[in-house]
Amino acid sequence: MSHTFKTSCECQQYFTDSHDMVRKSLRDFIKKEVLPFIGEWEEAGGFPKEVYRKAADVGILGMGYPEEYGGIPGDIFYSVVVTEELMRSGSGGFVAGLGSLNIAIPPILSMGTPEQKERFVPPVLAGEKIAALAITEPGGGSDVAALQTTAVRDGDHYVINGSKTFITSATVADYITCAVRTGGEGAHGISLIVVEAGSPGYSVSQKLKKTGWWASDTAEIYFDDCRVPVENLLGDENNGFYGIMANFQTERLALSIMANMTAKLAMEEALKYARKRRVFGKTLTGYQVNRHKLVDMATLVEASTEFTYRVAAKIGAGIDQYKEVSMAKNFACSVSDKVTYDAVQIFGGHGYMRENLVERLYRDNRILSIGGGTTEIMKEIISKMIL
Amino acid sequence: MEILVCVKRVPDTSENEIEVNSDGTDIERDDLVYSVNEWDNYAVEEAIQIKDKVGGSVTVVTVGDEESEEVLRREMAMGADNGILLEDDAFEGSDGKGIAAILKAAVEKGNYDLILTGAQADDGAAQVGGMLAAMLDLPYASLVNFIDVSDDKKLKVGREIEGGNQEMNEIELPCVLSIQTGINEPRYVGIRGIRKVASVEIPTHGASDLGLGADAVGAGAAKVKRLDYFVPELGEGAEMLEGSTEEKVAKLIELLKAKGGIK
Ligand SMILES: Cc1cc2nc3c(=O)[nH]c(=O)nc-3n(C[C@H](O)[C@H](O)[C@H](O)COP(=O)(O)OP(=O)(O)OC[C@H]3O[C@@H](n4cnc5c(N)ncnc54)[C@H](O)[C@@H]3O)c2cc1C
Repeated sequence: MSHTFKTSCECQQYFTDSHDMVRKSLRDFIKKEVLPFIGEWEEAGGFPKEVYRKAADVGILGMGYPEEYGGIPGDIFYSVVVTEELMRSGSGGFVAGLGSLNIAIPPILSMGTPEQKERFVPPVLAGEKIAALAITEPGGGSDVAALQTTAVRDGDHYVINGSKTFITSATVADYITCAVRTGGEGAHGISLIVVEAGSPGYSVSQKLKKTGWWASDTAEIYFDDCRVPVENLLGDENNGFYGIMANFQTERLALSIMANMTAKLAMEEALKYARKRRVFGKTLTGYQVNRHKLVDMATLVEASTEFTYRVAAKIGAGIDQYKEVSMAKNFACSVSDKVTYDAVQIFGGHGYMRENLVERLYRDNRILSIGGGTTEIMKEIISKMIL
Repeated sequence: MEILVCVKRVPDTSENEIEVNSDGTDIERDDLVYSVNEWDNYAVEEAIQIKDKVGGSVTVVTVGDEESEEVLRREMAMGADNGILLEDDAFEGSDGKGIAAILKAAVEKGNYDLILTGAQADDGAAQVGGMLAAMLDLPYASLVNFIDVSDDKKLKVGREIEGGNQEMNEIELPCVLSIQTGINEPRYVGIRGIRKVASVEIPTHGASDLGLGADAVGAGAAKVKRLDYFVPELGEGAEMLEGSTEEKVAKLIELLKAKGGIK
């Protein structure tokens, strides 16, 4: 934030004064509207619905979406700034919960009719309704093409049977962008349909208890002869996989940024602590072993962040980055694995205590290499592209 | 109502540790994060709220350099309609009176009903508002924490006075008011607003545009000069009360009475 660039070719430069202004404004918002309460929300396993409205008012929810649906268009680095500054809440769960629209809405925009977009998107970007995406099932998440929840046409309704699990925002969501089987086996038998919470035959479990991401609710959804109007089907029957793919790059990019920020916050905390904590008569930074550890942490964070930015820039320029964004996610997650571990180590026993941010970062970090496609699935994608 | 709000770019005291530089002539300015002076931000919010109620426009003006544009843009993203940057090498080194003289010239180029300043700046001396009013020969109220538009001729303004007391005044327009924090709850700068003003041209006026000579502004005209910047010697620390809890409480009550904390 301290250095502003006047030309774009001065060096690899992604953020302008205007991005910096957004950054400052969001930092202020997080400081006043989130940080004072985040501990409470973490323990409560969720945050008040009014936070969606406030986030919408400052433009967090609409960032990057078309103006005609209440969004705020902007280049991809505005979205990068939004994710980075939301992560300054120190709670990946808060970011995932508030951000579940960012996996639920893109399929609607890419496949929906103008009427569907007009119906589902503006209320979500305004913070009046909450959207979630439901793909994963108890029987499997990585193998999306094998999903088993069925939707059978009955007059002007689909009748859905099956269940979804690990669904972010499930207990609070109004609209669920849901993957269902309408055809034969495999990826080409899958459709996407928007299920409205409260539809007949729709129910949600208790919040699942998790290692981290406490401020976001995660739950199971059950469909028991759940009736959904056919006009909620997105695109043509059995074409749902294309809608699922609409998320691939942006979701993985967002998770890369979350991993980088998790690592960055852990490193910043460790630096502050190492400067003041005294052991055997010296501060932790008085020992070369700790200085070098901090240097390694900083180096990894820097390298991973720069790589992620580069991938973001190319996605923003419309260049396919399926391989690179998978690499960025894996690399960023390996960095945050190491950096959060080392940060807790530098804190010693204090790093294991709830009152210290590094403890939460360490727990929140674990999901990042599982959600949005596991490390192994990323490697499968990369290997198909390089071998 | 046409409203002009004078704003200033200052080091953000919530983001920086402010330190005096080694030769004591200034604060350490490397790597400082700057933002709009907090009081000025309340003034802009108040101006926007008045505009929303009775119509008109809000213009923000600052005396500064190219970097100060960021502050104007921020306030425009919040809802001010126009920004004006007053920039000239000749303005450098102005004292409070010089700044007021520059602002006076800018006020006279426009046609404003109401001119607001912050009550003070983080790095200032709380003098510009009053001087500006005097130079413009306009009525003035300081430390304003309430404004109600009575009609297009008068305002009702509340002022904070010593000891948390409040007074209410009627003031004729046009006038100058210096705004106290807490008068309202300034809104966040929304991303939509930031995007909207990102490429808006902000007009710049220099000394000749404003008809200002070197004798009126800048270091040459400054009659108040800063001699030194320093951190004062630490005084006596806290007083520790000794004895049993009852004794401590009794001593505390005595102290509070003696110092006027309880009556
Ligand atoms: C907190 C949280 C929030 C979530 N939010 C959502 C949500 O909002 N919506 C949603 O739809 N889902 C969500 N998920 C689900 C998430 O996307 C899945 O957990 C993830 O895709 C993995 O699926 P799985 O858990 O079924 O693991 P599995 O697919 O059973 O995988 C188990 C292990 O096998 C490995 N593996 C799988 N296939 C291969 C292969 N071909 N080769 C080698 N190894 C392989 C995996 O990498 C993993 O290590 C969430 C999960 C969590 C924990």
